[in-house]
Parts: sequence; structure tokens; C-alpha cells
Amino acid sequence: MLISNMEVVPGKKIATHLGLVQGSTVRAKHAGRDIMAGLKNIFGGELKGYTELLSESRDEALQRLSEQARALGANAVVNVRFSTSSIAAGASEIFVYGTAVIVEDR
Amino acid sequence: MGQLIVFLTLLALGYGFGRLAESRHYRSIIAREDALRSLLVLPDRMPPIQFQNHASTLVTGSVVISVDYFKTVAAGLRGLFGGRVGAYESLLDRARREAILRMQEEAQSLGAEAVFNLKFETSRIGQNAGQGLGSVEVLAYGTALIPAPVSASAASVVAR
Repeated sequence: MLISNMEVVPGKKIATHLGLVQGSTVRAKHAGRDIMAGLKNIFGGELKGYTELLSESRDEALQRLSEQARALGANAVVNVRFSTSSIAAGASEIFVYGTAVIVEDR
Repeated sequence: MGQLIVFLTLLALGYGFGRLAESRHYRSIIAREDALRSLLVLPDRMPPIQFQNHASTLVTGSVVISVDYFKTVAAGLRGLFGGRVGAYESLLDRARREAILRMQEEAQSLGAEAVFNLKFETSRIGQNAGQGLGSVEVLAYGTALIPAPVSASAASVVAR
């Protein structure tokens, strides 16, 4: 599955548009990490636990996006965009969407 | 009195450790930016014609950076008078540059020549997001263009 955030795929032409596909996940951190983050808010610096958590959730959202695209028979997803929102204290939603297409060699 | 001592201790800790973390982070950012300068990162939507035989794939880089106590207080005071909030400016600058660097590192490990269509996504996380900045997450993503070894001969034909 080719995933790209450009509208075009270099060297290939878009044969069929299959419409919007999306993937999302809501993740919360466990209390221990929140306490560590509270301490970090005094000292400053990177919150490695959160960085990992968010990139794992992003990978999962991308996984769901490509599953949906595969179900439609697509071989690529173009124009992918990410969106993050914190929906409640300690939980955030990662949302990724794009256009499923079938690309062919030129 | 006790509260004042706690406040001043937190302020001093935040100032000391926050400065240290920031200067160390900036040193590392500048060193890695120098090392990765040859990998182009552009916000252009379309790659130029030279890249038409490259393979493309999504690359991302993200970082979560926390404020320190001193910055929270300094920004709170700035909120009374208005004006530039330098404490938060440097925080976001660090986060953006770090996110781009991580994206470039991923692109480099894939053997990419350039990253096109760079986009940013910034969000605020943390339980105290209502009061102050808490911590900030920056995501940088783009499309890495990787020269394909198989089509190298085809590329030279096109170049001629």
C-alpha cells in the first residue's frame, strides 16, 4: 500500500478514484505516565512516554486507513492528512484521512 | 509562608532545569540540522519533473515537549500585560525543529533524496491544558521521494 500526502504519485497515473478512507484511534495514558508528566511540567523537557504513545496511535490509525483502502481494492492512498484532538482529560484522538486510489504505471 | 517557599523552590527548579534542558536541546538540534542539511525538505505540493521516477512514501516525525514551571509563571505574567510570550516561542520553535529532524531521520533511513509537501500539526495535551500550555505535541509529515534503483536506467533515458 502506497501512502503519500501529495495529490500525485510521481511516475504513476491515477486510474480510479475510490473515495475517502479514514482511520482513527482514541488513546489514554495510564496514571503513572500522567504523574511523570506532572513532574516534567516543573522541570521541562521532552515527554518520551507521550511521544511514543502518540506515534503508536498514529501507526494504528494509518493501519486502519490502509485496511479500509485495501477493502475497497485500492493500491494507494494519496492526499493523507493527520488531525489530533484532545477529547477529554488524558485522552486524545488521532484521526487520519485520505483518498483511496488505484494507480497505474505511466 | 510555607506556600511561598514551595512556590519559589518550584520556580528556581523550573528555571535551572528548564534552561539546562533548553540549551542542551538547542545544541543537539543545531548539530543534527547541520548533518541533515543535504536532505531537502520543501512545503511544495508538487515535486519538480526530475523526481518523476522516484518512489514515494509518507514520513512522519513527532515530539511532545513539556513546559517548565518558570515558563508557565512567566507566560502567566505576560498574559497580564500582553505582548510577545518569548517563553512559549522558544518552546514551540524547539518542538517544530525537532519534529522536522525526526521526519528527516526517518526519510534518510529510507534513502530519500527529498521530502515534499511538508505539513505541520500542533496540539496541546495534558490534564492541565485548561490552565496553561501544559505540553505541546508537534507532528511534521511529508512525502519522501526515494530514488528507485531498478528504474535508474529508465531515469537516465528520460534525462537524455
